[in-house]
Amino acid sequence: MLKVYHKIIRIAGSVITVEADNVAYNELAEVSGERGTSLAQVIRIDSGKVYLQVFAGSRGINTGDQVRFLGREMRVSASEDLLGRIFNGRGVPRDNRPAIESDLIEIGGPSVNPAKRIIPRNMIRTGIPMIDVFNTLVESQKLPIFSIAGEPYNQLLARIALQAEVDVIILGGMGLKYDDYLYFRNTLDEAGALSRTVMFIHTASDPTVECMLVPDMSLAVAEQYAIAGKRVLVLLTDMTNFADSLKEIAITMEQVPANRGYPGDLYSQLASRYEKAVDFDGAGSITVLAVTTMPGDDVTHPVPDNTGYITEGQFYLRNGRIEPFGSLSRLKQQVNSRTREDHRAIMDAMIRLYSEYRSTLEKQSMGFQMSAWDKKLLKYGKRFENEMMDLSVNIPLEEALDLGWKILADCFDPADTGIKSDLVNKFWVKA
Amino acid sequence: MLDTQKGRIVGVNGNILTVEFPDNVTQNEVAYAIAGDVKLKCEVIRVRNNRADMQVFESTNGLKEGDEVEFTGELLSVELGPGLLTQVYDGLQNPLNELAEQGGFFLKRGVYLAALDYEKAWDFTAVAKAGDTLLAGDTIGTVPEGIFQHRIMLPFAFQGEWKLTFVAESGSYTLKDVIAKAVDANGVEKEIFMVQHWPVKIPIAAYAEKLLPQETMITQQRIIDTFFPVATGGTFCTPGPFGAGKTVLQHALSQFAEADVVIIAACGERAGEVVEILREFPELEDPRTGRTLIDRSIIICNTSSMPVAAREASVYTAVTLAEYYRQMGLNVLMLADSTSRWAQALREMSGRLEEIPGEEAFPAYLESLIAAFYERAGLVKLRDGSIGSVTIGGSVSPAGGNFEEPVTQATLKVVGAFLGLSRERSDARRFPAINPLESWSKYTSVVDAEKLARARNILRRGNEVNQMMKVIGEDGTDIADYIIYLKSEFLDYVYLQQNTFDKVDGATGCDRQRYAFDKVVNVLDSEFAFEDKEAARSWFQSLRQKFIDWNYEAVGSEDYKNLEAALDEQVRKQVK
Repeated sequence: MLKVYHKIIRIAGSVITVEADNVAYNELAEVSGERGTSLAQVIRIDSGKVYLQVFAGSRGINTGDQVRFLGREMRVSASEDLLGRIFNGRGVPRDNRPAIESDLIEIGGPSVNPAKRIIPRNMIRTGIPMIDVFNTLVESQKLPIFSIAGEPYNQLLARIALQAEVDVIILGGMGLKYDDYLYFRNTLDEAGALSRTVMFIHTASDPTVECMLVPDMSLAVAEQYAIAGKRVLVLLTDMTNFADSLKEIAITMEQVPANRGYPGDLYSQLASRYEKAVDFDGAGSITVLAVTTMPGDDVTHPVPDNTGYITEGQFYLRNGRIEPFGSLSRLKQQVNSRTREDHRAIMDAMIRLYSEYRSTLEKQSMGFQMSAWDKKLLKYGKRFENEMMDLSVNIPLEEALDLGWKILADCFDPADTGIKSDLVNKFWVKA
Repeated sequence: MLDTQKGRIVGVNGNILTVEFPDNVTQNEVAYAIAGDVKLKCEVIRVRNNRADMQVFESTNGLKEGDEVEFTGELLSVELGPGLLTQVYDGLQNPLNELAEQGGFFLKRGVYLAALDYEKAWDFTAVAKAGDTLLAGDTIGTVPEGIFQHRIMLPFAFQGEWKLTFVAESGSYTLKDVIAKAVDANGVEKEIFMVQHWPVKIPIAAYAEKLLPQETMITQQRIIDTFFPVATGGTFCTPGPFGAGKTVLQHALSQFAEADVVIIAACGERAGEVVEILREFPELEDPRTGRTLIDRSIIICNTSSMPVAAREASVYTAVTLAEYYRQMGLNVLMLADSTSRWAQALREMSGRLEEIPGEEAFPAYLESLIAAFYERAGLVKLRDGSIGSVTIGGSVSPAGGNFEEPVTQATLKVVGAFLGLSRERSDARRFPAINPLESWSKYTSVVDAEKLARARNILRRGNEVNQMMKVIGEDGTDIADYIIYLKSEFLDYVYLQQNTFDKVDGATGCDRQRYAFDKVVNVLDSEFAFEDKEAARSWFQSLRQKFIDWNYEAVGSEDYKNLEAALDEQVRKQVK
């Protein structure tokens, strides 16, 4: 028998408090009153008082509203029927089609046993040379895109989603602008990828609490697909909004803040989501690509800082390009020895020369004289930026490597590049 | 011992329970919260009146006010006995491989398994005999475990003198068999098994005396052994921002350091990194013994998404196992990656307890806990005269890469060596990215102290010249200064930098370090004649290339000899 409570004794932020007994931690409740019905979740129990975060926010809640505990935790359907569908942060369809009630699973499940993980070994091809050649994305990797507002990070995500060879794409949008949501939907639709996509979208105008559910919903579904042997790519944008929602609830709950108002468990909260990325021993995999916008372009801000310690590298998106410096794929060594024999050599040589180009630029701007070597570098740097770094370049890895040899040959003598002679003999493009 | 008693939950806040208990409880006592058909392990961390605050080592979802909590009267303990080596445990000493066999892909909550195999038979050889009087930690017998003789000792919890009344004959026994009996001065008789329990938060101190760590522990990393050495039985820390190579350095140490037993505590870090150890250690050969690395290792693995309270316990579990093997006269290296995650776990708990926060919301007792943890390292003389040691190396992950934060600062106060990793060096791909100007060590280097001082001086002056050149340009720099800069770069490239992934260069033994260092110092000490800066630069570049190639050649090989001759020749020709 489900009990109904009528006495709300405290309303603050998105959190309400009722006096109730026999309530389980993390249980769901329904709060209904004149102004509608919302789900709520138990986030603290203290001597007969139960604190609930209300998904729709507390605006318009009357102290006499009904609180009915449902005796279950937050669930989501993990059925095959989800493919091609769009939901909001609490799993309600956004696409005017019927809700799915089959194969319900609880979200935020336990961690994977490290003994059941395997060392990642498959490259994910994206067609973007800055990723494929220089910082290869690997199946089961968790990788954030560090960026600032205004950069085309959502476009980049959409492109990777379309080009990556995966079975299922799950998009979790947090605090997404409505335009961006439509952009994702239309882009995936036009490319015919909607049928292998599931979207959980929280837009900027939706209640904060729903934002916090998006990663758990997305990853719970991803996990079920991966166990069924599918290769799943999860895209999360923007994790900074997720962290800000955590902050909002923590402050409302009067928790002691750690850094810049964020709760002390920010690291654990982010880690428990990112760590869902996995290559299962004997089943599928989950790869997580997430956008983290850096407030004030500051990488030491708590959100990007904690993220960097959790993820396996990061891509910096700056001025519409993936920065070669700072960007890092920690797993690239697992795969780039097996792509093509010249892959590592091209990767090292081109980046080293590009970094020399940068110091030449500095010298140039300070008015020092340009030597013959500097002029070679200037020519090379321009071509590298236009033909490799530009995000509109879309070529497979092998073509990108060939292009690399061509650029090198156009700008340098073999000895300038420091590449081992046996590779030069095999690949150098003769004029 | 107290009788087990039952309490009731009155509050749930994240992973903290508030429990009302009827009688008495012990601080750090273990209890089980009963959620339907599972029992969740938890630990008393604060008592106020008749309410205990308890941290739960699992998710608290589904717990209700009024649910029962069973107190055990026992402190949080580990099982100590033969069979620990090669194991992979979580922070509470649950064997992960066995959990995977039972539970599949995920770590289901409320499943606790025995840490050791109670069915396996061990070959026991009695050392003591009935009638002998022993103290806690004295050897009763031994069993072979891997390449060691695993000592079966009078349990550490036995206080005072005990007289053996029975010792099993040498032969094959399991951990369930009684292998000895003893009585104390009051005539109380107890049975002794090959396995014993010990609370993780209390140091094992069943030795004669603690000694001053003096001998250098060879790690085969040149920058460490020569410039910032670590002593056997000492402590060191490796703070660094993300991406600076902390974990790679720790992996290198775990493979190449000259220790008998290596215990790795992967505390709140990426699961992927642990997987590399889990999958590679059984394959990699231990050059010292010819067996695989896993044969001398124990891995404690509580990665970032595993329950946070168990993360707090994991470093204590690891150090207790280390102390146990020290009691057998072995040298144990314990690596914790990362102690910041442990400190953050303390911060999370402290926040939920609504304690008054210290700096950056870390609890005020953070410093004393960090100090107490590192103090568990040490070189000890056992009562039978043999020497054992625990060396602790902790990595630290400071927020924003800023060493001014509380965890780094508290750690620096208590360690004997500081190996600070810098983003600058890792961006420049100078690995290991230990900053030679900021790091320090209180231990003795493997090379001559005077030569080392001269080398350090060159590094410092080279850095000054480099800073100056950024302002006035290369043209305005005096050639003498410029040569100092080139010498410091030479030292950096050929000696401080080391390729961990190379079979030869990745591990440089003590003798080779001394030999190579003399060669480097010879170059630093020599005065060279150069026409101009360009000539100096290209000369040093060519010398550098030869030296690096030489580093990659195994001692005594044909190429090794040829390159060495070429090196010496180039230096000899250029000296004034």
